[in-house]
Amino acid sequence: MGRPLIEVDNLSKRFAVMGGPLGVRTVGHVRAVDGVSFAINEGETYALVGESGCGKTTTARTILRLFTPDGGQVRVEGRDVHALTGVELKEFRLAVQAVFQDPWASLNPRMRAGTLIAEALKANRRVSKAETKARVAALLERVGFPAWKADLYPHEFSGGQRQRIALASALITDPKLIVLDEPVSALDLSVQAQVINLLKDIQAELQTTFLIISHDLDTVRYVADRVGVMYLGQLVEETRAEELFEHAKHPYTRALLASRLALHPSERGEGAPVIGEAPSPMEPPSGCRFRTRCPHAMEICEQVPTMVQLDVGHTVACHLYSQ
Amino acid sequence: MNDAQLQYEGDGPAHREVVLQVEDLRMHLHTRWGVTKAVDGVTFDLRAGETLGIVGESGSGKSMLALSLVRLTPEPASRFVGGRVLLDGEDLIALSDKEMRRIRGKKISRILQDPHQSLNPVFTVGNQLKEAIRIHEGAPTKDETKRRAIDALRDVQVPEPERRLKNYPHEMSGGMKQRVVGAMAMVYTPSVLIADEPTTALDVTIQAQYLTLLRDLQRRTGVAMIVISHDFGVIAETCDQVAVMYAGRFVEHGPVAEVFDNPSHPYTRGLLDSHPRYVGRGERLRSIPGAPPELSDLPAGCRFRARCEHAVAACGESDPTPVRVSNQHTAWCFRTEEAPWADR
Ligand SMILES: Nc1ncnc2c1ncn2[C@@H]1O[C@H](COP(=O)(O)OP(=O)(O)O)[C@@H](O)[C@H]1O
Ligand SMILES: Nc1ncnc2c1ncn2[C@@H]1O[C@H](COP(=O)(O)OP(=O)(O)O)[C@@H](O)[C@H]1O
Ligand code: SF4
Ligand SMILES: [Mg+2]
Ligand SMILES: [Mg+2]
Repeated sequence: MGRPLIEVDNLSKRFAVMGGPLGVRTVGHVRAVDGVSFAINEGETYALVGESGCGKTTTARTILRLFTPDGGQVRVEGRDVHALTGVELKEFRLAVQAVFQDPWASLNPRMRAGTLIAEALKANRRVSKAETKARVAALLERVGFPAWKADLYPHEFSGGQRQRIALASALITDPKLIVLDEPVSALDLSVQAQVINLLKDIQAELQTTFLIISHDLDTVRYVADRVGVMYLGQLVEETRAEELFEHAKHPYTRALLASRLALHPSERGEGAPVIGEAPSPMEPPSGCRFRTRCPHAMEICEQVPTMVQLDVGHTVACHLYSQ
Repeated sequence: MNDAQLQYEGDGPAHREVVLQVEDLRMHLHTRWGVTKAVDGVTFDLRAGETLGIVGESGSGKSMLALSLVRLTPEPASRFVGGRVLLDGEDLIALSDKEMRRIRGKKISRILQDPHQSLNPVFTVGNQLKEAIRIHEGAPTKDETKRRAIDALRDVQVPEPERRLKNYPHEMSGGMKQRVVGAMAMVYTPSVLIADEPTTALDVTIQAQYLTLLRDLQRRTGVAMIVISHDFGVIAETCDQVAVMYAGRFVEHGPVAEVFDNPSHPYTRGLLDSHPRYVGRGERLRSIPGAPPELSDLPAGCRFRARCEHAVAACGESDPTPVRVSNQHTAWCFRTEEAPWADR
């Protein structure tokens, strides 16, 4: 684990919100990502967490070049991702792969598993047929299938199996970074465990860098090295995974942790902080965006808190810690 | 029983009257691909003020069981091929469609996972609530109806209820809509409330708050509840009893603390063990290999056998018979008495 592979630098992304009688008039903007900075080091697993709508997917998709930023930069090995052209762009497309929540969305139903897995190779590189076939077979085996399953179609696999196929197809280019957006959220717990174990194995074997987005904090604690907590388009806390679960500082992070459900009836009702719902990202509160839900809000919270470092690698944006 | 902390103040639900009795219920779906045995011999009692959780992987028949209880199973595929559903002594399966309409939503009510299915997008929340109140209570005056609607929203902790009455569903957040659906379901003061995956679409923060609300609602009204979820956390937060469902049947059924402390079926054990919360980062997560069987092509013997690490020859020969673990705790497995999965 060493140098940063990905640097997200003061990134912003806005979306126009349409309204009016015909739905074609811009009635406002959502600041989906609003000045987010973090770095992902080579070989580490970085997680983004936070309630739905806080901008996790937008951040990930901007890193993947699926969105153009409205401000700031994403750099891969020091180069601006959105300024890449020609050979460099081709290389980027091989080096960065993604697995999304819904395996249906990422797998063409009319292609056989083997063809799907080989897709990224075909589009980008001259590799012989025999070599492609061998790589597909090896990857199928790597994700736990016999080679003959290459001939099956996506509907012939269960949800968890499709997610393993999606992972194999992401791995075929030997990527440096794999972005996983809620990769197990649609799966049953028992099957989630199969996929997460596989992710862990790949992590250990190939030292691939992962950016994982998940709303499940228990999964994040188990798989991630470092965690960034997002709230209404901003990063509010960042630290090592263990540290986050033992010494969370930001009141929002604490509320998220306390909201996790009991795993035994004797702990029933212990969490459930009453903090209502997140305000609209079209009109985020001034100052600290969490102050409308924060049990510790003070007068100074009407001003924007800056990120401060509390400890090596542990930063937080909250006035409780500003001096 | 060591779940004293789960009992209500006063008499525990164990002493209350039984409001719903389900006896060997079988509901099969006839499709082009064959007969799906979605509900295949389910039996349980539900008492006033009690919450029964039904937990299991997707496709195990939980929703089909819930739909069977309100007789809203998919048409024309569904067939009730056996059993009874006695609500306050009346067999719902034997009722005509017309008679069932008199009961559905009134004596037995459902809260759906997706509030969009329960709320009409073209009417305000106030209109829909007031309509329900008028139907339920004959024709109370306009002021009275409005006052009742405001109370109903206040009961489910909707802030500024008077202003909210004027909102359309799309003007409300997901959590707020889910509360309104709860208020609608409670207008008729049903004896039984069924919540099918009530919080699956919600964020953790909202989910925890909503489950607290469900518990309060029950404490106040004494309604009997069935909470369906694939998540043992939801069950731990809300239920007195839990039934673990697998391939159309219960494989374990008992008081919630007992089932958590002493899971007596390998499937229950496997589900509880696959949670990552207490697993160290260096350890592997336990998973259940494979996937549930097709409900249209069930194996002989125990339905869990193909995924079970404890299977013996007998498991493939006949259906496991119920084994009493304690007074109220039952499991359907040939090896429950030895419980080779107990010491992990
Ligand atoms: N393509 C889009 N067009 C308009 N608004 C969008 C689009 N994608 C996301 N948004 C909005 O941006 C905000 C952040 O969304 P998203 O990044 O998907 O959040 P998350 O992944 O954390 O749930 C939300 O308010 C969402 O509605
Ligand atoms: N409309 C339908 N027609 C035919 N089969 C269905 C229908 N809906 C669900 N099923 C089948 O019934 C079985 C039980 O499904 P369901 O009760 O929805 O499971 P769960 O709620 O436990 O996830 C599944 O095999 C499913 O494929
Ligand atoms: S009956 Fe046999 S196969 Fe079924 S769960 Fe018990 S041990 Fe496993
Ligand atoms: Mg997202
Ligand atoms: Mg269901």
